[in-house]
Amino acid sequence: MRPGTRYALRSVASGLGTLLFVVIFNFFLFRMLPGDPIGLYTRGRNVPPEQIEALRAELDRPLVEQFLGYLANPFSSTINSARFNQPVWTLIGERVGATLLLVGTAIVLASIVGTWLGIRSAWQRGQRFDNVSTGLTLTLYSMPEFWLGMILLIVFGVGVGFLPGMFPIGGIITPGVDPSSLAGILDIAWHMVLPVTTLTAVYLAEYALVMRASLLDEMGQDYLVVARAKGLMDKVVRRRHAVPNAMLPTITLIFMNLGFVISGAITVETVFSWPGLGLLSYDALRGPDIALLQAIFLLFSIGVILANVAADLVYAVLDPRVRA
Amino acid sequence: MSAPALMAQAVEVHFPGERGRTARAVDAVTLSVLPGQVVALVGESGCGKSTLARVLLGLQPTSGGEVLVGGQPLPTSRAGLKAYRRRAQLILQDPMGSLNPRQTVYEAVAEGVRIHRIGDEERRVAEALARVGLRPPERFFARYPHELSGGQRQRVVIAGALVLEPEILVADEPVSSLDASVRGEILALLLRLRAELGLTLLVVTHDLGLAWNIADRIAVMYLGRIIEEGPTEQVLADPQHPYTRALLSVVPEVARLEPIVLAGEPPDPASVPPGCRFHPRCPLLAAGLPDEVATRCRTVALPVLPAQAGHRAACHALDPTMGP
Ligand SMILES: Nc1ncnc2c1ncn2[C@@H]1O[C@H](COP(=O)(O)OP(=O)(O)O)[C@@H](O)[C@H]1O
Ligand code: SF4
Ligand SMILES: [Mg+2]
Repeated sequence: MRPGTRYALRSVASGLGTLLFVVIFNFFLFRMLPGDPIGLYTRGRNVPPEQIEALRAELDRPLVEQFLGYLANPFSSTINSARFNQPVWTLIGERVGATLLLVGTAIVLASIVGTWLGIRSAWQRGQRFDNVSTGLTLTLYSMPEFWLGMILLIVFGVGVGFLPGMFPIGGIITPGVDPSSLAGILDIAWHMVLPVTTLTAVYLAEYALVMRASLLDEMGQDYLVVARAKGLMDKVVRRRHAVPNAMLPTITLIFMNLGFVISGAITVETVFSWPGLGLLSYDALRGPDIALLQAIFLLFSIGVILANVAADLVYAVLDPRVRA
Repeated sequence: MSAPALMAQAVEVHFPGERGRTARAVDAVTLSVLPGQVVALVGESGCGKSTLARVLLGLQPTSGGEVLVGGQPLPTSRAGLKAYRRRAQLILQDPMGSLNPRQTVYEAVAEGVRIHRIGDEERRVAEALARVGLRPPERFFARYPHELSGGQRQRVVIAGALVLEPEILVADEPVSSLDASVRGEILALLLRLRAELGLTLLVVTHDLGLAWNIADRIAVMYLGRIIEEGPTEQVLADPQHPYTRALLSVVPEVARLEPIVLAGEPPDPASVPPGCRFHPRCPLLAAGLPDEVATRCRTVALPVLPAQAGHRAACHALDPTMGP
């Protein structure tokens, strides 16, 4: 077997192992909570009697039977969300699109802008661009995202002083607008501006700092001197050798962060009332809505595991040393 | 006498140091290498050898002095410098660092051909690999640096330089990172290439024993200055400068002198002592010299050794009339 194949199989296998553990753990975690299970799942809410009946029927089955049923399809919870009185996976399905749109856009923007800032900072190490950019990114990095979100919301959404509120203060679309029409698409984009800006600002710092450090490290390498000695211009040396090699850690970071695409925006979605999984998690936690939390927990874990496997595989494709 | 293939004339390199102090890494160095000669540049680590080597290749800007190539000033235009870099190539100490870890052997060797658009790439790459003893060359094309041994890597680096058919090779500590068992092979390879291709070779090393094995002439450098220079046999059989004697006394191949351990701090190019720059550590001075000589050691700067055929050293004890 080629070393590359072995490496790939190993990381996929370890991902599957973790996944299995999470799936099993997820089942027992929520069934081990002390107290009356029905009470827990409904949390004293006014739940219709037929739903309580369904819940009791499910929970009264032998544990092994419940577990096997769950294992056969972990995504077909027979228990409804107490808060929304709907099947949990239906709820999740309705929300996942909004989150992917928000966090996906922010990650793409943040990785592009952050990487660019990091590259320029490293090239102009110690000069003004570097000082400003590094100072800014460090500030953003240490800023809580809900706080930044609130500020943007107040300044550009609500408006302060003579500055009118320009952007919507929440939601994904103006009620009544058809999301598939051109006006609807523009309206969604308009709603995205503030939350995407908040998330991008918070994420890009990480990319900028990692890229800068990694490029500075790479720029001290001998092979750059050798390439210059062969007649390559300094600028080309950086572009052709240093930057691609320094990108490796950033690319891995991007892939690992993709795991948080579905879970990463709890606070920002809450601040901007963005109807995604983050807001759903927040609502589920407030309950707590055990059935919904259980499903969300499973989904988030799977996201992180898949992203880690993907990061491993991408790294192996990009870096021959890993394949050894 | 034909014009030197490579010549430094009163070359200075100053680096801005801490607290405004200037480090005189290279301090008025005059050195010439005749076509086809092997010259070894010897000295302790930090004495400025690598900096001088880079200056000679046009990789390091100077603060003064001049570099002559075949009697002509080193080109300063981008095109002229690029053309020069085809004629003079660099080999560094650590072959792992000298190779881009993500490039295959083929890409590494082909880089020069591509930069200079020489054409006939595959044949040239194969030829260069065969010349450095990597046979059959095709077997190495797709290998990555981490899959090779240290000696093979250094051969790849040398092939990458040879593919440009240079006249001059500057090798900065070409074997000091290699296992003792392969050092001899790489040195033999360099000498064979010199014989087969008529290369002019400047070998930078901190190891006088190595210089003894391969060089026609030896230049000994101390704290940014050449303090003794001459034909290898003469320098080694009859070292003039106390510093050369101290270096030589610890070379096992020579071992006919009592080991002389140098006292005092390792020299700092940011504070070059007045008078003879070696005087704070000079065993001859410490052992006691006539008063007028000792005073001159501490106060009178020594002249820069001119480039000429004989064996010369800069020391007041040798010639009490030496002056700046
Ligand atoms: N880019 C640089 N910036 C500042 N100081 C440098 C730089 N390169 C070398 N030096 C200093 O110049 C001196 C000579 O270094 P170098 O030429 O590498 O010595 P050697 O090769 O003989 O070990 C050292 O004191 C080193 O710290
Ligand atoms: S000049 Fe004086 S101090 Fe310098 S090496 Fe000669 S004897 Fe020693
Ligand atoms: Mg060096």
